[in-house]
Amino acid sequence: MTDATLHSAQPSRSLLASDARTRRRKAAEKRFRAYGLIAISLGLAALVFLLASVLGNGLGAFRQTFVEIPVTLDEATLDKAGTRDPKAMAKVTTVGYGKLIAAALEAELAAKGLDTAAVDSKAIMGLMSKEAAADLRNMVLADPSLIGQTITFDAAATSRVDGFFKGRVTLESAERDSNISPEQLHLAQAMKDAGLIETKLNLWGFLSSPDASELRPEVAGLGVAILGSAYMMLIVLCLSLPIGVAASIYLEEMAPKNKWTDMIEVNIANLAAVPSIVYGILALALFINFMGLPQSAPMVGGLVLTLMTLPTIIIATRAALKAVPPSIRDAALGVGASRMQSIFHHVLPLAMPGILTGTILGLARALGESAPLLLIGMVAFVKDFPAAPPEGLMEPATALPVQVYQWTQRSDPAFVERASGAIIVLLVFLLVMNAVAIVLRRRFERRW
Amino acid sequence: MNDMRIAERAVTSETSKMSAQGVQVYYGSNHALKDVDVEILDKTVTAFIGPSGCGKSTFLRCLNRMNDTVASARVLGTILLEGEDIYDKRVDPVTLRAKVGMVFQKPNPFPKSIYENVAYGPRIHGLTRNKAELDEVVEQSLRKAALWNEVKDRLDAPGTGLSGGQQQRLCIARAIATSPEVLLMDEPCSALDPIATAQVEELIDELRSQFSVVIVTHSMQQAARVSQRTAFFHLGNLVEYGETGQIFTNPRDPRTESYITGRIG
Amino acid sequence: MSLGLLSLIVLGLAVLGFLAGRQRALRLAQGDARRLHSLPSYYGWQVFLFTAIPALALMLGWAFVQPMIVDARVASHLVLPEGGSLELMMNDVRRVAEGLTLLPAPSDDLATLKTQLSDAGVALGAELRPDVLTAAREYHAESTSLRNILSGLVILAALVGLGVALARINPAQRARNLVEQFVLVLLIGCALVAVATTFGIIASLVSESLHFFQLYPARDFLFSTEWNPKFGGGSSLGLWPLVWGTLYVSLISLAVAAPLGLLAAIYLSEYAGPKTRATVKPLLEILAGIPSIVYGLFALVTVGPLLRDYFAMPMGWGDSSSSVMTAGLVMGIMLIPYVSSLSDDIINAVPQAMRDGSYGLGANQSETIKRVVLPAALPGIVGAILLAASRAIGETMIVVMGAGAAAKLSLNPFDAMTTVTVKIVSQLTGDTEFASPETLVAFALGLTLFCFTLALNVVALVIVRKYREQYE
Repeated sequence: MTDATLHSAQPSRSLLASDARTRRRKAAEKRFRAYGLIAISLGLAALVFLLASVLGNGLGAFRQTFVEIPVTLDEATLDKAGTRDPKAMAKVTTVGYGKLIAAALEAELAAKGLDTAAVDSKAIMGLMSKEAAADLRNMVLADPSLIGQTITFDAAATSRVDGFFKGRVTLESAERDSNISPEQLHLAQAMKDAGLIETKLNLWGFLSSPDASELRPEVAGLGVAILGSAYMMLIVLCLSLPIGVAASIYLEEMAPKNKWTDMIEVNIANLAAVPSIVYGILALALFINFMGLPQSAPMVGGLVLTLMTLPTIIIATRAALKAVPPSIRDAALGVGASRMQSIFHHVLPLAMPGILTGTILGLARALGESAPLLLIGMVAFVKDFPAAPPEGLMEPATALPVQVYQWTQRSDPAFVERASGAIIVLLVFLLVMNAVAIVLRRRFERRW
Repeated sequence: MNDMRIAERAVTSETSKMSAQGVQVYYGSNHALKDVDVEILDKTVTAFIGPSGCGKSTFLRCLNRMNDTVASARVLGTILLEGEDIYDKRVDPVTLRAKVGMVFQKPNPFPKSIYENVAYGPRIHGLTRNKAELDEVVEQSLRKAALWNEVKDRLDAPGTGLSGGQQQRLCIARAIATSPEVLLMDEPCSALDPIATAQVEELIDELRSQFSVVIVTHSMQQAARVSQRTAFFHLGNLVEYGETGQIFTNPRDPRTESYITGRIG
Repeated sequence: MSLGLLSLIVLGLAVLGFLAGRQRALRLAQGDARRLHSLPSYYGWQVFLFTAIPALALMLGWAFVQPMIVDARVASHLVLPEGGSLELMMNDVRRVAEGLTLLPAPSDDLATLKTQLSDAGVALGAELRPDVLTAAREYHAESTSLRNILSGLVILAALVGLGVALARINPAQRARNLVEQFVLVLLIGCALVAVATTFGIIASLVSESLHFFQLYPARDFLFSTEWNPKFGGGSSLGLWPLVWGTLYVSLISLAVAAPLGLLAAIYLSEYAGPKTRATVKPLLEILAGIPSIVYGLFALVTVGPLLRDYFAMPMGWGDSSSSVMTAGLVMGIMLIPYVSSLSDDIINAVPQAMRDGSYGLGANQSETIKRVVLPAALPGIVGAILLAASRAIGETMIVVMGAGAAAKLSLNPFDAMTTVTVKIVSQLTGDTEFASPETLVAFALGLTLFCFTLALNVVALVIVRKYREQYE
């Protein structure tokens, strides 16, 4: 019998005295705890850094520098016949309007007594966006009664001037820049001091204007992208909610438990984890090559996002259905309701908040998705707004996240600001959707 | 199992091992234990009995500060282990629990091998210097828990693969491997069948030769079978505490009598 | 008659059928709904379905068949030029036919007609040829007559369905069962959409990949270490540089996400109080809710230049702002919540009794976690990390914007490298000829990617499921 010798080497220690080993163990405990804290702090720091970087880069996109000058819309230039006939007026090209603006600008500079000796007239016009003349033309064509009047015209300044007032462009960088010279910037500064140039909030302009070409970042906006995204979300909502709910009802409530339904379940779990780009390939092969639907159309984008969102919605809906206690079904069946009636009259309404929450979260995910849309041609440059649905669903459009990607592929650094601004818009949408989902859950969640 | 038959059944000791004075426990605003004074004697089996929710398990968990792991629990009063206050700020609950081991209601072996289950305590407390010593401790602990003969050929098998009774004895072996001075058992037989219960009860009686054992039980027969001293709890109060024989044959308090005769419970 | 109008008519008839069916059922029961087997509206629905379903099915089937018939008839008129494609010519025919319907007075002169067409918004690639015009007229005539036949048939079908259904109604009929049977079929159909999606993915990937392997030897694709597509032909399309880039980026991202996510999960589930937990957990999960394009921009604009200016350049490791490191790091941040959320669930599933057992023996919290909780949760945690790995491999935007486009086999993490997903995007965007191996290779890459992620997902799901069962 060796019991007596077991641990005999261990003298009974006082509880109050802590030996080296205990201290070591305590230190290890503290270290381990600290690792956890550090990990969390790093994660949160990354989040803060990410958001700060996006906000820092992107907030500028909501402010824009404008050149404000009074322009006299001379009848002799714009509508020689004086008939106000839109067709005749449309014959005057942007060049004609450009001259009008140039004259007005030079006159205004002279009136304010600004020294323009260092810059020629072309360089003075170069302070303004190339889009300015087209803007003025559209304005006049839309409202011919303006002709003959003198209006205050806000022309977007070029991205360089805009960047100068936002700190992105400096006199030094202008030395090396073929698009702007330090002299132009000096003049711009003088114009700002004279109140001819102002950097102001341009929220609506940024949100509603369509995309613009490589050379005109200052007028590029999110209008088409937001509309395209909205169309796609509409399609996703209209298709994935009913299909997802119907599929969940079958799988959760009606389906016999056999190999078949097991296979469907495994299938759905796997679909939820298939990389989104694979859905893009599917859409390209199926919708565009096989079914012949047009490229860049919100319809195709909506369909592929629907397929992507379905597994998420099915999983959420099944969880919501599962959370409704069986006693409710039994109660309905007990008073003679059919299976179908018990589900549609009792179970489904009770599960609705959960289903809607899952749907909104699925939509939010679809809204931020870009990879599959790249493959179905949504990266194309689209400047024209698609028409109202249903025809508009087949017309070329782009989507918010894809617009971001497109802008990052362009060389002008002003587009980075726009891209970050677009991300802020995207994040605001996502925030709102998530907030709605949380409110829904809080308000209607029921614990059984 | 011959080697397990050496326990000196007659041992009784009058030395106090632990002593509790004026212990109060609150769970949030719920006053779970009211002013309990108990002396726990060395090398003695002490049974805590009483109806469900009477505070006996709560009190047991105070004795090795397991209540610390419950965020809302608050313990007032003094509990001394060999004269030292276990709730003193300088006391590390970890050191305390090495001295006051615990066996739980449901067998809870770790999802590891039988050997690793028993070696766990000695490893974390650094009780052995080398593998041979550890092997020795594991073997002795399993022998003392009357499990050695059943598992000596499969020490690498997972502990979760044993039967319920074996699992509970494994947990006891695991607890005594750290050579505690007091062994707390929280209804150790409530999840076991009668045969396994009998084995564990026999084991408890044998463990008394080396440890002070405190057992919480629902079964009065069990308390009568294994313990020398019994404490009866009711609604958070310690109603009566004394020699087991006296409690069961000649209770002083009417509540004890009602419980023992089955009128409250 | 357009298909839209036709469907509206059918639906209108169906609604009438609903009302009539309800009415008739009630009348047969002498106004006492209790004498009917089902509620009156079920009889209405029954008529609705009888009216709408066959007619709409006919319409749908016809819409598939009609182009084939018309194409076959029209194609005989066309004179196929040397090297011309029938497909392209048929496109022209269709466009001209469509244009003819738009013009109020189409000219007979080919040149005038072409300008008329382009004014109406129908741009034609080549000259308008007489045989195309003939074919287009034929196409127009055929389509119109077939469409008229269809319209007649569909409306007839709807009316017949309506009549039959109305005639069938009697009070003992089990209308509800029939309607519910139909709803059940509908539900099953919806559940099958998921299966169809998987089938579609596999079919499109496999068929186009086979197409690719006819044009490009599979051996070269699978075993070559060079990736150099040339759109003139003679490309090398070896898989390995892309797979290497993918694995390297994923490895770095997991090296970031696995320890951070796991430690965060441990802290949140074991140490943090309920309040900390309630605030920190959703905050971390925001990281998973942010779209990957945002991370892509973050990599491109912030992290890439930062790493280049402060690490790669001073150390002489490279001068590219897009690199494996950039993409891996940013992706790692994105994956933290994927690891932490699932690990958190899994750690919480470890029974409290295990922890009590360990505390009861005098182990402190970190010892309990390291020696009892983590080993018990290990399979689940492995599953969580595998799921994160599958995300990393399939992630597209971050690598497109952060990793670069150069396909190379390098060990330097500050080199720009490329991944499978990047090349899928670059081979399939832009104006590319669809039948060339340079484009089709994207499908073979997609198939590779799909198999990789599928295998990881299946293994991970099986592990996690097994683990859950263990403690249920």
